[in-house]
Formats: sequence, C-alpha cells, structure tokens
Amino acid sequence: MKKLSARRRHPLAALVVLLFALAATGGLYTAFAPAGEAKAEQESSKSLAIEEGKKLFATGCSSCHGTGGQGTSDGPSLVGVGAAAVDFQVGTGRMPAQQPGAQVPKKPKVYSQDEINQLAAYVASLGSGPAKPTKDMYDPAGADVARGGELFRTNCAQCHNFTGEGGALTHGKYAPDLGDVDPKHIYEAMQTGPQNMPSFTDGALPEKDKRDIVAYVKTVNSDNSESPGGFKLGGFGPVAEGMFAWIFGLGALIAVAVWVAARTAKAKKS
Amino acid sequence: MSTATETRGSAAAEGKKKAPAGERVADWADGRLGIYSLAKANMRKIFPDHWSFMLGEVALYSFIIIILTGVYLTLFFHPSMNEVEYHGPYTPMQGVQMSEAFKSTLDISFDVRGGLLVRQIHHWAALIFLAAMFVHMMRVFFTGAFRKPREINWVFGFLLFVLGMFTGFTGYSLPDDLLSGTGVRFMEGAVLSVPIVGTYLSMFLFGGEFPGDDFVARFYSIHILVLPGIMLGLLVAHLILVFYHKHTQFAGPGRKNSNVVGMPLLPVYMAKAGGFFFLVFGVIAAIAALFTINPIWVLGPYRPDQVSTNAQPDWYMGFSEGLVRVMPGWEVDFLGHTLVLGVAIPLMILFPLVLVAIAVYPFIEAWVTGDKREHHIADRPRNAPTRTAFGAAWISWYFVCLVGGGNDLWATHFHLSINAITWFVRIAFFVLPVLVFWVTRRICLGLQRKDREKVLHGRETGTIKRLPHGEFVEIHEPLSQEQLHTLTAHDQYEPVEIGPLKDENGVERKVSRGQKLRAKLSKGYYGESGQIPKPTREEYHELESGHH
Repeated sequence: MKKLSARRRHPLAALVVLLFALAATGGLYTAFAPAGEAKAEQESSKSLAIEEGKKLFATGCSSCHGTGGQGTSDGPSLVGVGAAAVDFQVGTGRMPAQQPGAQVPKKPKVYSQDEINQLAAYVASLGSGPAKPTKDMYDPAGADVARGGELFRTNCAQCHNFTGEGGALTHGKYAPDLGDVDPKHIYEAMQTGPQNMPSFTDGALPEKDKRDIVAYVKTVNSDNSESPGGFKLGGFGPVAEGMFAWIFGLGALIAVAVWVAARTAKAKKS
Repeated sequence: MSTATETRGSAAAEGKKKAPAGERVADWADGRLGIYSLAKANMRKIFPDHWSFMLGEVALYSFIIIILTGVYLTLFFHPSMNEVEYHGPYTPMQGVQMSEAFKSTLDISFDVRGGLLVRQIHHWAALIFLAAMFVHMMRVFFTGAFRKPREINWVFGFLLFVLGMFTGFTGYSLPDDLLSGTGVRFMEGAVLSVPIVGTYLSMFLFGGEFPGDDFVARFYSIHILVLPGIMLGLLVAHLILVFYHKHTQFAGPGRKNSNVVGMPLLPVYMAKAGGFFFLVFGVIAAIAALFTINPIWVLGPYRPDQVSTNAQPDWYMGFSEGLVRVMPGWEVDFLGHTLVLGVAIPLMILFPLVLVAIAVYPFIEAWVTGDKREHHIADRPRNAPTRTAFGAAWISWYFVCLVGGGNDLWATHFHLSINAITWFVRIAFFVLPVLVFWVTRRICLGLQRKDREKVLHGRETGTIKRLPHGEFVEIHEPLSQEQLHTLTAHDQYEPVEIGPLKDENGVERKVSRGQKLRAKLSKGYYGESGQIPKPTREEYHELESGHH
C-alpha cells in the first residue's frame, strides 16, 4: 500500500487510473448490455410457430407488405418475387425487418424452415417467380472452382471484394460478407437480387455458373478454407495490411528500439 | 588504432619474431588500402544514445532486408506478360489464363522452397521500410535536426522516401494480379489526365494501349535496377553526411553544441547495431511467417474487364488514393481538349504539394529565423511551438487523405455512410490542419509554462505540511542542477524587427514585401504569443532566496 501511495503523484499515475476506469466501464457494459433482446425474439418465434402461410404473413409481414402482399409505402410488392426470394430474405433473418434504414441487415432468423416454407408457398401463390433451388443446383462438391473464381471476379468482386469479404456501397449501403452464408442462400441471392444487389437471371448467369461461383466462395471464404500465407487479417487488402504494418510491425520495432536503447554499456563516471 | 600500433612496435623491438597471421594480413591490406588511418579516424566515432535515434536504423535494416529478399525473388520471377495457362498445385487457379509474371509469382508462392516466406518478408519489410522512414523523418522534423548543417541531408532523406514510394509502387505492380493491375490502371488515369500530352505519355509508357504487353518488363527494370540504384547512392551519401556532421543529441549536462556525448562506434555501436539488425530481421520474419500479405492467389490475374472493391494501394500511396476518391469529378473542355480536373488536380497538383509542403519547411524556418549558426543540439518539440504545430498539422493533413483512401473500410467497419466520410474528408482537408496547428501550439505553450514553473518552483511532491500556526503548504522539491540545465538549455529567438520605416531625415526606407512578411512570421514564431520566455538566472535566484 505504501508503495502504491508513494507512486500516486507519478506522471503516469493519471494514465493508469484512466486505463482502469475505461476497462471497468467497458467491462460493466459488456456484462450488462445485450442479453435481453435475443430471448424475446425466440419467445415470439415460438408463439408464431403454429401458424401457417397466410396467417404467418398476416401477422409478420403484412404491416409493411400489405395484407395481400401488394406492397405499401413501407415495403415493396411481393407479387412475383417467388419462393426463392422468401427463402433467402426470411432464411437469413433479414425479414421481418427490425427497422427501416439504408439496408436491412442479416440477423438470427425468426422463423423455422417449416414456417419459411409455408410463407414461401403463400408468396409464390401470389404470382409466379423463381422457385427454391434444389440441392444439386448449388452443391459446391464437384463444381469448377477456378471457373467460379473468374466468374466471381467478373460479376461479384466489385462489391463483395476478391474473396467475398464484403464492401461498402453508397449512403450506408453495403455488400455483405459471404463468409458464413449457406450455399443455398448464395444461390438464391444471385437468382433474386435482394435489396441493392442486381439479380442474375439464368439467362445472364446459367445454373452451372452459379454453382461454380458458390463453390469458389466456399473454397476461399469459409471457416475451413486454406490461407497458405498465414492469418489473413480479414482479407481486406492493402488498407488492413498497412494498418497492421504500422501498428504491429513498426510498433514492435519501436518497442525493440526502446528496449535496446535502455540497455546500454555504461560509461565510466570520472 | 593505438593498441595495434603498440603491438607492432613491440614486435619490432623483439626482433625477428614473426607477427601473428592476422596482423600480417592486416599489414598487407593496409599497405595497399590505407585502412589504418581511415579506421583510426572513424572507429572511435561517438554516437549519442536515444531510442528515437534508432528509427533511421530500422529503415536502413529493412532496406537491407528488402534487397536481400528481392535478390532471391529475381531468381524465380519472370517479368513477362506472355499468356499462359496455370497447371500448378493451387487448385482454384487450375486452367486459368494468366501472364507469365502472375504465374511465376504463384510458382514462387507454392513451388519455390521458402518462396512464399521470402515474398512475404519482402512485402512486409517494404511497408515497414516506408513507415520507418516516415517516423524517422518526423523525428528529425520535430527535434529540429534538419537545421544547419543538415539541410542537404534532410533533402536526401526526403528523396529516399519519395523514391521508396515509387519503388514500392512498381514492385506492387509486378505480379500482374487483379489488385496491382487496378493500381496500374489508376496510374494510367493519372498520366492521361496530364493536359495536352497525357495520351502521348500513356502510349509511350505502356508501349501502346493500356495494358499492352510491356509494362511488367519495364516496371521490373525500374523496380530492381533504376530506383534501388539511385536509392542506394542516396543512402550512402545520407550515411556519409551523418558521419561527417556527427549525430545530434538532446540537451543535457555536459552536452554542448561542440561535442557529442555517447558511445564509440567500435565496439559498442557495432555490437548494438548488429544486434538490432537481427532483431529487426527477426520481427519482420516473424510477421511474414504468421500473417499473409498480398495473397495474389485469391486476387486472380489482371484482366481489364474485372475489378474488385478494396482495391487500394499500399499505405504509402494511400494518400493519393484518398485525394482522388474525395475529389469531385470535374471535367472541362478546353479548346477541344478534355481536361479531367477530377484526376489532374489531386494527382498532378495536390499529390506533389502534400509531399513538398513538409520538404521545404526547413528552408522556410531558416529564412524566418535568419539563423546561420550550426545546431547540433536537438530541440524538444515543445520549445519550438510553431514548428511542432506545423508538423502535427501536416501529419493530420496526410492522415485525412489516408482516411479518404480507405473510405470504404471506414464505412463498413464503423457503419457509416461512405458519402458522409467523403464529405468529412473534403472539409477536414482544409479545416483539420488549421485546428491541429492551433491546438498543438497551445499545448506546446502550456508545456513551456509547466517547464518554467518547474524550474522556478520545483516539483510538486504531493506532500502537505501543516505549519505551527495552522497553515497548510505543499512541499515543492527543487530540481537538481542537471534537471535545471536540461530544462533551460534551449535558445530562444527574438522576433526580427524591420526598424523604423523612415530614417532620421524623414526619408522613407525601402522595405521589400518579403522582409515585411518575414518580420510578421517572425513575430508569430517568437513574439509574445509564440513562446514563453524561459526563466532567467535572476528570476531563479530571486525566488530561491525568497523560499528559504
């Protein structure tokens, strides 16, 4: 204690106190902040689980998309969007939307796959649109990865980055990270063009091409994709590399320089 | 060396006894090269000790590492743009059409023993080399180590930094991957934006329409021969001048403008610098072994019809990217020529302006002070508030441009609108440096006041004493003589006076506009608002006698 009190006027004492205070506030925040909401969502999904198709739609979707899916000022018409669009939007948790904004983000899904299928069947009955793809259409196994890579760089990389890490669009919109996206959902996204994404119809990008692209994304950007050079720093290219070189590269070298300079041969004091 | 001459003398005195082999070799060499006298003059050269004096060493060593690894890479790289098909071990590239340059880079990464590690060391070392030069330059700037006699060496250092940028850029372009090809396309845009001759220059550079099939080979000779050659020459000149001028040192007891207090080159600095080289190599090698850089195998070969987001240059070119990204896309028609101001202004005017602004500062300061003396004592940044404020403002300027260059990543990672960032950068480009200048100067002045206070009243100990009559006082501990010297060793300039505009006969003196400007600047630098007068001996003694 005495040691501590002797140092309380040390020039760095204020800094240390500040660090402790920051750590304490941050710690308290993370300890108490988020928990509640996720549970509530699960509860509400449980209560909705029994309903089917139209009923589900009336409860969960109609406030924005209209009671007949004809659309309102808050949401577009769903006539003719097809089952694939529903499966993508609801299956990735984007719909039902939490709040209006530049773009509706991905979040834990609210409906079970059975409910999603019921919703999809209902929306598909409003007008014909792309149907849900079958597994052999998007299964990455056996697809041509190299060709998928070329197609990806031609059609997708300008928004999603070289390996699908995602990127920024105008006014707060963005192309999301494709890292942990289900192959089925990647396929559906290309097919239906959700939100700010253009749709790649089978005429523009045939079924086989889509499957090759899915295979490429899964090869270079998934949990078990290889990174022969080591940790990939997010895969964001030179900006991330430059920041790393400055903070950790030069930072480490300056620390080493300080260390070397502090350990010097002592000159004889005369 | 004195020891060497002594043994020679004693050996001669003992007569026929043969000298040891090492000594005979040294004698043989000295008779032909005259190295004894050279070594005698330089081996005991003294260098001062401070961690910030080692930043230049980091740059030097990373440059050596780059050359060593670069030589290895040239053994396997093919600077050719011939089209080939890939059939190597990396499956996601199987059967893809690519240039030989790209293929050989893939081969270096996957087939050549140690190739990927060496490539990554080369690239990481390049990023660190430029960063080290940057901070080294800032150290020299903020300590005023650019003052006479070191102005030329400052310019050499600056040229090394700029050449390093372009060496880095040409190297980044060599693998002919999608990222670097986009960078070269960007550069082509800059060349094209040159009024009147832009198209001609572009055709000349690329041997026809972009991309053509020449630029990799051309960039290759620029990258491995022309620019590094010039840099090596400049580097040697830079080091010779450091030797010739001797190193600056911070003020302290026993340290004068006319001496250098520190350790001799041999053995102390040879050992320290040698060890430090391996530490730098070790840190860079460890980073290269753990973290991937420029993974060209996922970037794919360059094709002009493809592009990816996150296409940015390496950090040292990032500010030019930022300048272009935030510049409005202005285009005007001038006598039938299209002037692409949206590219020409940022890249032909602002890009050099940002760099030159910091390079010419030492000459501006020398003009303002009119100081012709030599300076070997490094300034503490606070004791030159205007200079320090200028430097900080320049860094903020540079940083704002970097933010613009990475605007997409700022947008995605902080959930911001990219348009908002662009507007922020546009405004901050003009406003932030002014703000930073003002704030930094205030901070420096505050620190000067604090130093003054410390010198006159000692250090506040935090110990409260109660006097017999009940009064509480805090005990101030007087500073030691060494501390007092260190805090008051700096010179303070007087502002330049033009003098009366009319002489005693009432005739107007001619005062040039330049002189007036100089007087005005000088007043800003060294007038009442520009510095806090350091405590004088009289003030110190007066207070001291009052205290005790």
